[in-house]
Amino acid sequence: MIRVSIPSQLIAYTDGATRVEAEGATVGGVLDDLDRRYPGLKFRVIDEQDRIRRHVRIFLGQDEARRTDAAVRDGGELLIFGALSGG
Amino acid sequence: MAQAIQLLVGTRKGAWIYRSDQHRQAWSVEGPMFLGQIVNHFVRDPRDGRTMLMAASTGHLGPTILRSVDGGATWAEAKRPPAFPKGDPHGRSVDHSFWLEPGHADEPGVWWAGSSPPGLFRSADGGETWDGVEGLNQHPQVMAWFPPEGGTPDGAILNQILIDPRDARHMYLATCSAGVLETRDQGATWRPLNQNVRCDFLPDPYPEFGQDSHYVALAPSDPDRLWQQNHCGIYRLDRPGERWERIGEAMPKDVGDIGFTIVPHARDRDTAWVWPMDGTEVWPRTSPGGRPAAYRTRDAGASWERQDRGFPAEQGWFTVKRQAFCADRADPLGLYIGTTGGEIWMSGDEGASWRQIAAHLPEIYSVAAVEAA
Repeated sequence: MIRVSIPSQLIAYTDGATRVEAEGATVGGVLDDLDRRYPGLKFRVIDEQDRIRRHVRIFLGQDEARRTDAAVRDGGELLIFGALSGG
Repeated sequence: MAQAIQLLVGTRKGAWIYRSDQHRQAWSVEGPMFLGQIVNHFVRDPRDGRTMLMAASTGHLGPTILRSVDGGATWAEAKRPPAFPKGDPHGRSVDHSFWLEPGHADEPGVWWAGSSPPGLFRSADGGETWDGVEGLNQHPQVMAWFPPEGGTPDGAILNQILIDPRDARHMYLATCSAGVLETRDQGATWRPLNQNVRCDFLPDPYPEFGQDSHYVALAPSDPDRLWQQNHCGIYRLDRPGERWERIGEAMPKDVGDIGFTIVPHARDRDTAWVWPMDGTEVWPRTSPGGRPAAYRTRDAGASWERQDRGFPAEQGWFTVKRQAFCADRADPLGLYIGTTGGEIWMSGDEGASWRQIAAHLPEIYSVAAVEAA
Protein backbone atom coordinates (compact mmCIF):
# COMPACT_ATOMS: atom_id res chain seq x y z
CA MET A 1 0.00 0.00 0.00
CA ILE A 2 1.29 3.44 -0.94
CA ARG A 3 0.14 6.62 0.74
CA VAL A 4 -0.48 9.31 -1.88
CA SER A 5 -0.68 13.05 -1.33
CA ILE A 6 -3.07 14.75 -3.78
CA PRO A 7 -2.53 18.44 -4.65
CA SER A 8 -5.36 20.95 -4.78
CA GLN A 9 -5.29 20.85 -8.59
CA LEU A 10 -6.48 17.22 -8.52
CA ILE A 11 -8.95 17.03 -5.65
CA ALA A 12 -11.84 17.43 -8.08
CA TYR A 13 -11.02 13.85 -9.09
CA THR A 14 -10.78 12.50 -5.52
CA ASP A 15 -13.98 14.02 -4.15
CA GLY A 16 -11.89 16.48 -2.18
CA ALA A 17 -9.54 13.95 -0.59
CA THR A 18 -5.97 15.16 -0.19
CA ARG A 19 -4.65 11.83 1.14
CA VAL A 20 -5.49 8.53 -0.53
CA GLU A 21 -3.99 5.09 -0.75
CA ALA A 22 -3.04 3.15 -3.85
CA GLU A 23 -1.21 0.05 -5.02
CA GLY A 24 1.71 -0.17 -7.41
CA ALA A 25 5.39 -1.02 -7.74
CA THR A 26 6.31 2.07 -9.77
CA VAL A 27 5.17 5.67 -10.05
CA GLY A 28 3.31 4.73 -13.23
CA GLY A 29 1.74 1.72 -11.52
CA VAL A 30 0.48 3.83 -8.64
CA LEU A 31 -0.98 6.35 -11.09
CA ASP A 32 -2.64 3.54 -13.04
CA ASP A 33 -4.29 2.38 -9.83
CA LEU A 34 -5.40 5.93 -9.02
CA ASP A 35 -6.77 6.32 -12.54
CA ARG A 36 -8.93 3.23 -12.13
CA ARG A 37 -10.59 4.80 -9.13
CA TYR A 38 -10.43 8.41 -10.31
CA PRO A 39 -10.79 8.25 -14.11
CA GLY A 40 -8.87 10.90 -16.00
CA LEU A 41 -6.46 11.78 -13.19
CA LYS A 42 -3.41 10.09 -14.69
CA PHE A 43 -3.50 11.95 -18.03
CA ARG A 44 -3.52 15.28 -16.25
CA VAL A 45 -0.23 14.27 -14.54
CA ILE A 46 1.53 12.04 -17.08
CA ASP A 47 1.51 12.56 -20.84
CA GLU A 48 0.95 9.91 -23.50
CA GLN A 49 4.70 9.25 -23.74
CA ASP A 50 4.83 8.48 -20.01
CA ARG A 51 6.56 11.76 -19.19
CA ILE A 52 5.69 13.61 -16.01
CA ARG A 53 4.11 16.87 -17.13
CA ARG A 54 6.24 19.97 -17.03
CA HIS A 55 4.47 21.72 -14.18
CA VAL A 56 3.85 18.66 -12.07
CA ARG A 57 6.41 17.27 -9.62
CA ILE A 58 6.29 13.85 -7.99
CA PHE A 59 8.26 12.88 -4.90
CA LEU A 60 8.84 9.52 -3.28
CA GLY A 61 9.32 10.61 0.28
CA GLN A 62 11.98 13.30 0.09
CA ASP A 63 13.32 12.24 -3.32
CA GLU A 64 11.96 13.58 -6.59
CA ALA A 65 10.87 10.98 -9.13
CA ARG A 66 11.58 12.10 -12.66
CA ARG A 67 10.40 8.98 -14.45
CA THR A 68 7.26 6.93 -14.26
CA ASP A 69 9.25 3.69 -13.99
CA ALA A 70 10.81 4.81 -10.71
CA ALA A 71 10.29 2.07 -8.11
CA VAL A 72 7.94 2.72 -5.23
CA ARG A 73 8.54 1.08 -1.87
CA ASP A 74 5.57 -0.70 -0.35
CA GLY A 75 4.42 1.31 2.64
CA GLY A 76 6.07 4.42 1.23
CA GLU A 77 4.70 7.79 0.33
CA LEU A 78 4.16 9.36 -3.10
CA LEU A 79 3.56 13.09 -3.16
CA ILE A 80 2.16 14.93 -6.18
CA PHE A 81 2.64 18.70 -6.39
CA GLY A 82 1.53 21.35 -8.82
CA ALA A 83 4.77 23.22 -9.45
CA LEU A 84 5.14 26.87 -10.44
CA SER A 85 3.38 27.47 -13.73
CA GLY A 86 3.02 31.17 -14.34
CA GLY A 87 0.34 33.79 -13.73
CA MET B 1 -35.85 39.10 -36.83
CA ALA B 2 -35.80 38.73 -33.06
CA GLN B 3 -33.56 36.00 -31.76
CA ALA B 4 -32.19 35.36 -28.28
CA ILE B 5 -28.49 34.56 -28.35
CA GLN B 6 -26.10 32.66 -26.12
CA LEU B 7 -22.45 33.63 -26.12
CA LEU B 8 -20.11 30.82 -25.12
CA VAL B 9 -17.01 32.50 -23.77
CA GLY B 10 -13.70 30.72 -23.19
CA THR B 11 -10.97 32.56 -21.32
CA ARG B 12 -7.52 32.03 -19.91
CA LYS B 13 -9.17 31.47 -16.52
CA GLY B 14 -12.44 29.65 -17.13
CA ALA B 15 -15.66 29.84 -19.12
CA TRP B 16 -18.84 31.89 -19.02
CA ILE B 17 -22.19 31.88 -20.82
CA TYR B 18 -23.93 35.17 -21.61
CA ARG B 19 -27.62 35.02 -22.55
CA SER B 20 -29.58 37.77 -24.25
CA ASP B 21 -33.25 38.60 -24.46
CA GLN B 22 -35.09 38.32 -27.78
CA HIS B 23 -33.77 41.69 -28.89
CA ARG B 24 -30.14 41.13 -27.91
CA GLN B 25 -30.42 44.11 -25.55
CA ALA B 26 -30.34 42.74 -22.01
CA TRP B 27 -27.72 40.15 -21.12
CA SER B 28 -27.43 37.85 -18.11
CA VAL B 29 -24.37 35.91 -17.13
CA GLU B 30 -23.73 32.39 -15.91
CA GLY B 31 -20.32 31.49 -14.57
CA PRO B 32 -17.55 31.19 -13.98
CA MET B 33 -17.44 27.58 -15.00
CA PHE B 34 -14.19 25.70 -14.41
CA LEU B 35 -12.55 28.76 -12.88
CA GLY B 36 -8.81 28.68 -13.50
CA GLN B 37 -8.96 26.26 -16.41
CA ILE B 38 -7.48 27.57 -19.65
CA VAL B 39 -10.37 27.29 -22.11
CA ASN B 40 -9.14 27.73 -25.65
CA HIS B 41 -12.42 26.90 -27.33
CA PHE B 42 -16.03 26.50 -26.17
CA VAL B 43 -18.44 25.23 -28.84
CA ARG B 44 -22.03 23.95 -29.10
CA ASP B 45 -23.03 21.26 -31.59
CA PRO B 46 -25.35 22.83 -34.16
CA ARG B 47 -26.69 19.39 -35.06
CA ASP B 48 -28.39 18.68 -31.73
CA GLY B 49 -28.27 22.09 -30.06
CA ARG B 50 -27.36 20.44 -26.72
CA THR B 51 -23.86 18.98 -26.81
CA MET B 52 -21.16 21.42 -25.73
CA LEU B 53 -17.42 20.85 -25.69
CA MET B 54 -14.61 22.84 -24.13
CA ALA B 55 -10.91 22.45 -24.90
CA ALA B 56 -9.39 22.84 -21.44
CA SER B 57 -6.12 22.61 -19.61
CA THR B 58 -4.57 24.29 -16.60
CA GLY B 59 -1.22 25.84 -15.83
CA HIS B 60 -0.18 22.65 -14.06
CA LEU B 61 -2.18 19.77 -15.46
CA GLY B 62 -2.39 18.16 -18.86
CA PRO B 63 -5.17 18.82 -21.34
CA THR B 64 -8.65 17.48 -21.44
CA ILE B 65 -12.00 17.91 -23.16
CA LEU B 66 -14.97 18.85 -21.04
CA ARG B 67 -18.40 17.72 -22.29
CA SER B 68 -21.99 18.58 -21.62
CA VAL B 69 -24.88 16.78 -23.30
CA ASP B 70 -27.59 18.94 -21.71
CA GLY B 71 -26.79 22.42 -22.93
CA GLY B 72 -24.29 23.20 -20.18
CA ALA B 73 -26.35 22.12 -17.15
CA THR B 74 -23.92 19.33 -16.23
CA TRP B 75 -20.38 18.56 -17.36
CA ALA B 76 -18.03 15.58 -17.41
CA GLU B 77 -14.55 14.93 -18.70
CA ALA B 78 -13.95 13.04 -21.93
CA LYS B 79 -13.05 9.42 -21.24
CA ARG B 80 -10.14 9.52 -23.70
CA PRO B 81 -9.01 13.05 -24.64
CA PRO B 82 -6.94 13.73 -27.77
CA ALA B 83 -3.47 12.20 -27.45
CA PHE B 84 -0.75 11.02 -29.78
CA PRO B 85 -0.10 7.28 -29.72
CA LYS B 86 2.23 6.00 -27.05
CA GLY B 87 5.58 5.51 -28.75
CA ASP B 88 4.83 8.20 -31.33
CA PRO B 89 7.88 8.24 -33.67
CA HIS B 90 8.23 11.98 -33.13
CA GLY B 91 7.80 11.77 -29.37
CA ARG B 92 4.86 14.15 -29.37
CA SER B 93 2.38 14.66 -26.59
CA VAL B 94 -0.62 16.96 -26.70
CA ASP B 95 0.01 20.12 -24.70
CA HIS B 96 -3.47 21.48 -25.29
CA SER B 97 -6.36 21.21 -27.67
CA PHE B 98 -6.90 24.53 -29.43
CA TRP B 99 -9.82 24.10 -31.81
CA LEU B 100 -12.99 22.01 -31.66
CA GLU B 101 -15.12 21.48 -34.77
CA PRO B 102 -18.48 19.71 -34.93
CA GLY B 103 -18.47 17.28 -37.84
CA HIS B 104 -20.50 17.41 -41.02
CA ALA B 105 -24.29 17.55 -40.72
CA ASP B 106 -24.49 14.03 -42.19
CA GLU B 107 -22.22 12.65 -39.46
CA PRO B 108 -23.92 13.19 -36.10
CA GLY B 109 -21.63 12.55 -33.18
CA VAL B 110 -18.46 13.21 -35.16
CA TRP B 111 -16.18 15.95 -33.84
CA TRP B 112 -12.71 17.10 -34.82
CA ALA B 113 -10.00 18.68 -32.67
CA GLY B 114 -6.78 20.52 -33.49
CA SER B 115 -3.96 20.57 -30.96
CA SER B 116 -0.62 21.98 -29.93
CA PRO B 117 1.78 20.63 -31.03
CA PRO B 118 -0.13 20.38 -34.30
CA GLY B 119 -2.24 17.27 -34.47
CA LEU B 120 -5.65 16.35 -35.82
CA PHE B 121 -8.01 14.17 -33.80
CA ARG B 122 -11.46 12.74 -34.47
CA SER B 123 -14.23 11.59 -32.18
CA ALA B 124 -17.14 9.47 -33.38
CA ASP B 125 -19.04 9.53 -30.08
CA GLY B 126 -19.77 13.15 -29.41
CA GLY B 127 -16.36 13.95 -27.94
CA GLU B 128 -16.21 11.14 -25.39
CA THR B 129 -13.22 9.35 -26.96
CA TRP B 130 -10.71 10.63 -29.52
CA ASP B 131 -8.33 9.06 -32.01
CA GLY B 132 -5.52 10.61 -34.01
CA VAL B 133 -5.98 11.13 -37.75
CA GLU B 134 -2.92 9.26 -38.93
CA GLY B 135 -3.14 10.60 -42.49
CA LEU B 136 -2.02 13.94 -41.09
CA ASN B 137 -0.32 13.11 -37.79
CA GLN B 138 1.98 10.54 -39.40
CA HIS B 139 2.23 12.20 -42.84
CA PRO B 140 5.75 11.91 -44.32
CA GLN B 141 5.94 15.71 -44.36
CA VAL B 142 4.53 16.25 -40.89
CA MET B 143 7.71 17.43 -39.21
CA ALA B 144 8.48 19.73 -42.15
CA TRP B 145 4.99 21.18 -41.94
CA PHE B 146 5.09 21.42 -38.14
CA PRO B 147 8.71 21.80 -36.99
CA PRO B 148 9.04 21.60 -33.20
CA GLU B 149 10.64 25.02 -33.05
CA GLY B 150 7.94 26.65 -35.17
CA GLY B 151 4.86 28.31 -33.88
CA THR B 152 3.30 30.83 -31.58
CA PRO B 153 4.52 31.91 -28.12
CA ASP B 154 2.10 29.34 -26.66
CA GLY B 155 3.42 26.63 -28.99
CA ALA B 156 2.82 25.50 -32.54
CA ILE B 157 -0.85 24.94 -33.29
CA LEU B 158 -3.23 23.31 -35.68
CA ASN B 159 -5.53 26.22 -35.12
CA GLN B 160 -8.56 25.53 -37.24
CA ILE B 161 -10.59 22.81 -38.96
CA LEU B 162 -13.12 23.63 -41.66
CA ILE B 163 -15.56 21.23 -43.32
CA ASP B 164 -17.21 21.79 -46.68
CA PRO B 165 -20.94 21.71 -45.90
CA ARG B 166 -21.54 19.99 -49.27
CA ASP B 167 -19.01 17.21 -48.81
CA ALA B 168 -17.89 15.69 -45.50
CA ARG B 169 -14.72 14.41 -47.17
CA HIS B 170 -13.56 17.88 -48.19
CA MET B 171 -11.81 19.70 -45.36
CA TYR B 172 -9.32 22.48 -44.77
CA LEU B 173 -6.93 23.07 -41.90
CA ALA B 174 -5.38 26.36 -40.86
CA THR B 175 -2.02 25.99 -39.19
CA CYS B 176 0.69 28.23 -37.78
CA SER B 177 3.56 26.79 -39.79
CA ALA B 178 2.17 25.05 -42.89
CA GLY B 179 -0.50 27.58 -43.80
CA VAL B 180 -3.66 26.03 -45.21
CA LEU B 181 -3.84 22.29 -45.89
CA GLU B 182 -6.63 20.62 -47.87
CA THR B 183 -7.97 17.08 -47.99
CA ARG B 184 -10.63 15.62 -50.27
CA ASP B 185 -10.67 12.19 -48.61
CA GLN B 186 -11.48 13.21 -45.04
CA GLY B 187 -7.93 13.29 -43.85
CA ALA B 188 -6.24 10.36 -45.58
CA THR B 189 -4.17 12.67 -47.82
CA TRP B 190 -3.30 16.35 -47.57
CA ARG B 191 -1.73 19.06 -49.69
CA PRO B 192 -0.77 22.68 -49.03
CA LEU B 193 -3.04 25.39 -50.43
CA ASN B 194 -0.95 28.53 -50.10
CA GLN B 195 -0.28 29.95 -53.56
CA ASN B 196 0.50 33.68 -53.41
CA VAL B 197 0.27 33.86 -49.61
CA ARG B 198 3.23 35.82 -48.35
CA CYS B 199 5.71 34.82 -45.64
CA ASP B 200 7.57 37.95 -44.53
CA PHE B 201 9.57 35.84 -42.11
CA LEU B 202 11.13 33.30 -44.52
CA PRO B 203 13.87 33.73 -47.15
CA ASP B 204 11.43 32.62 -49.85
CA PRO B 205 8.46 34.93 -49.33
CA TYR B 206 6.08 32.69 -51.27
CA PRO B 207 6.86 29.10 -50.23
CA GLU B 208 4.68 26.08 -50.84
CA PHE B 209 4.10 25.95 -47.08
CA GLY B 210 5.41 27.77 -44.04
CA GLN B 211 2.68 30.39 -43.76
CA ASP B 212 0.99 31.27 -40.49
CA SER B 213 -2.71 31.13 -41.27
CA HIS B 214 -4.28 32.82 -38.28
CA TYR B 215 -7.87 32.26 -39.39
CA VAL B 216 -9.74 30.92 -42.41
CA ALA B 217 -13.51 31.10 -42.92
CA LEU B 218 -15.79 29.67 -45.58
CA ALA B 219 -18.54 32.08 -46.61
CA PRO B 220 -21.71 30.43 -45.24
CA SER B 221 -23.64 31.45 -48.34
CA ASP B 222 -20.90 30.21 -50.71
CA PRO B 223 -18.48 27.58 -49.35
CA ASP B 224 -16.29 28.02 -52.43
CA ARG B 225 -15.31 31.45 -51.10
CA LEU B 226 -12.51 31.31 -48.53
CA TRP B 227 -11.47 34.29 -46.45
CA GLN B 228 -8.12 34.27 -44.67
CA GLN B 229 -6.60 36.53 -42.05
CA ASN B 230 -2.97 35.53 -42.28
CA HIS B 231 0.01 36.59 -40.18
CA CYS B 232 1.03 38.55 -43.29
CA GLY B 233 -2.17 40.01 -44.66
CA ILE B 234 -5.81 39.49 -45.56
CA TYR B 235 -6.58 37.10 -48.43
CA ARG B 236 -9.50 35.68 -50.41
CA LEU B 237 -9.65 32.54 -52.52
CA ASP B 238 -12.53 31.50 -54.76
CA ARG B 239 -12.44 27.78 -55.49
CA PRO B 240 -11.75 25.90 -57.61
CA GLY B 241 -9.05 28.57 -57.88
CA GLU B 242 -5.71 27.87 -56.23
CA ARG B 243 -4.22 31.33 -55.95
CA TRP B 244 -5.07 33.55 -52.99
CA GLU B 245 -5.57 37.25 -53.63
CA ARG B 246 -4.25 39.73 -51.06
CA ILE B 247 -7.36 41.84 -50.50
CA GLY B 248 -5.75 43.51 -47.49
CA GLU B 249 -3.85 45.78 -49.87
CA ALA B 250 -7.01 47.92 -49.91
CA MET B 251 -6.87 48.53 -46.15
CA PRO B 252 -5.67 51.98 -44.97
CA LYS B 253 -1.88 51.98 -44.92
CA ASP B 254 -1.71 53.37 -41.36
CA VAL B 255 -3.83 50.47 -40.12
CA GLY B 256 -2.43 47.66 -42.22
CA ASP B 257 -3.88 44.23 -42.80
CA ILE B 258 -2.47 42.24 -39.89
CA GLY B 259 -4.85 40.59 -37.44
CA PHE B 260 -5.94 37.31 -35.93
CA THR B 261 -9.40 36.74 -37.31
CA ILE B 262 -11.95 37.29 -40.08
CA VAL B 263 -15.73 36.88 -39.93
CA PRO B 264 -17.87 36.39 -43.04
CA HIS B 265 -21.48 37.50 -43.29
CA ALA B 266 -24.02 34.70 -42.85
CA ARG B 267 -25.92 35.60 -46.03
CA ASP B 268 -23.81 37.94 -48.16
CA ARG B 269 -20.82 36.28 -49.79
CA ASP B 270 -19.11 39.62 -50.45
CA THR B 271 -19.20 40.89 -46.86
CA ALA B 272 -16.71 40.16 -44.10
CA TRP B 273 -15.18 41.84 -41.06
CA VAL B 274 -11.62 41.91 -39.72
CA TRP B 275 -10.14 43.23 -36.51
CA PRO B 276 -6.78 44.80 -37.37
CA MET B 277 -3.88 44.79 -34.96
CA ASP B 278 -0.51 46.49 -34.93
CA GLY B 279 2.03 44.32 -36.72
CA THR B 280 4.73 46.97 -37.08
CA GLU B 281 8.27 46.96 -35.66
CA VAL B 282 8.15 44.64 -32.61
CA TRP B 283 4.56 43.55 -33.26
CA PRO B 284 2.65 45.10 -30.35
CA ARG B 285 -0.49 43.17 -31.44
CA THR B 286 -2.68 45.97 -30.09
CA SER B 287 -5.36 48.04 -31.78
CA PRO B 288 -3.42 50.25 -34.24
CA GLY B 289 -2.80 53.66 -32.66
CA GLY B 290 -4.81 52.68 -29.60
CA ARG B 291 -8.01 53.24 -31.56
CA PRO B 292 -9.98 49.97 -31.69
CA ALA B 293 -12.11 49.34 -34.75
CA ALA B 294 -13.53 46.63 -36.93
CA TYR B 295 -13.19 46.98 -40.71
CA ARG B 296 -15.85 45.74 -43.10
CA THR B 297 -15.75 44.95 -46.76
CA ARG B 298 -18.96 44.64 -48.76
CA ASP B 299 -17.29 44.10 -52.12
CA ALA B 300 -15.20 40.98 -51.52
CA GLY B 301 -12.21 42.96 -50.32
CA ALA B 302 -11.97 45.63 -53.01
CA SER B 303 -12.56 48.26 -50.33
CA TRP B 304 -12.87 48.45 -46.54
CA GLU B 305 -14.77 50.78 -44.22
CA ARG B 306 -13.89 51.58 -40.63
CA GLN B 307 -16.51 50.72 -37.97
CA ASP B 308 -15.53 52.21 -34.63
CA ARG B 309 -18.65 53.91 -33.25
CA GLY B 310 -18.88 53.06 -29.56
CA PHE B 311 -15.28 51.98 -29.08
CA PRO B 312 -12.77 54.19 -27.22
CA ALA B 313 -11.61 56.99 -29.52
CA GLU B 314 -8.13 56.76 -28.03
CA GLN B 315 -6.08 54.79 -25.50
CA GLY B 316 -7.73 51.48 -26.32
CA TRP B 317 -4.98 48.90 -26.60
CA PHE B 318 -6.76 45.54 -26.61
CA THR B 319 -6.90 43.14 -29.47
CA VAL B 320 -9.03 40.16 -30.44
CA LYS B 321 -7.68 36.63 -30.75
CA ARG B 322 -8.49 33.96 -33.31
CA GLN B 323 -11.69 32.45 -31.91
CA ALA B 324 -12.89 35.64 -30.22
CA PHE B 325 -14.74 37.39 -33.07
CA CYS B 326 -17.98 35.91 -34.34
CA ALA B 327 -21.37 36.65 -35.83
CA ASP B 328 -24.85 35.35 -35.22
CA ARG B 329 -27.30 34.62 -38.04
CA ALA B 330 -29.99 37.13 -37.13
CA ASP B 331 -31.16 39.91 -39.44
CA PRO B 332 -29.60 42.38 -38.97
CA LEU B 333 -26.55 40.33 -38.19
CA GLY B 334 -25.06 40.60 -34.70
CA LEU B 335 -21.30 40.77 -34.22
CA TYR B 336 -19.41 39.91 -31.04
CA ILE B 337 -15.81 40.36 -29.94
CA GLY B 338 -14.00 39.20 -26.83
CA THR B 339 -10.88 41.16 -26.08
CA THR B 340 -7.50 40.42 -24.59
CA GLY B 341 -8.56 42.87 -21.86
CA GLY B 342 -11.51 40.72 -20.82
CA GLU B 343 -14.29 42.76 -22.39
CA ILE B 344 -17.15 41.62 -24.63
CA TRP B 345 -18.50 44.07 -27.17
CA MET B 346 -21.39 43.57 -29.55
CA SER B 347 -22.98 45.23 -32.53
CA GLY B 348 -26.62 44.64 -33.35
CA ASP B 349 -26.46 46.58 -36.60
CA GLU B 350 -23.78 44.80 -38.60
CA GLY B 351 -20.94 46.83 -37.17
CA ALA B 352 -22.36 50.34 -37.52
CA SER B 353 -22.25 50.78 -33.74
CA TRP B 354 -20.82 48.83 -30.84
CA ARG B 355 -21.47 48.59 -27.12
CA GLN B 356 -19.75 46.83 -24.27
CA ILE B 357 -21.83 44.07 -22.70
CA ALA B 358 -19.24 42.62 -20.29
CA ALA B 359 -15.98 43.71 -18.70
CA HIS B 360 -13.42 42.55 -16.16
CA LEU B 361 -13.23 38.99 -17.42
CA PRO B 362 -9.87 37.25 -17.86
CA GLU B 363 -8.20 37.40 -21.27
CA ILE B 364 -10.75 36.08 -23.73
CA TYR B 365 -9.72 33.28 -26.08
CA SER B 366 -13.02 32.37 -27.73
CA VAL B 367 -16.53 33.65 -28.24
CA ALA B 368 -19.20 31.60 -30.02
CA ALA B 369 -22.68 32.98 -30.70
CA VAL B 370 -25.42 30.38 -30.82
CA GLU B 371 -29.18 30.67 -30.89
CA ALA B 372 -30.72 30.22 -27.46
CA ALA B 373 -32.20 26.77 -27.01
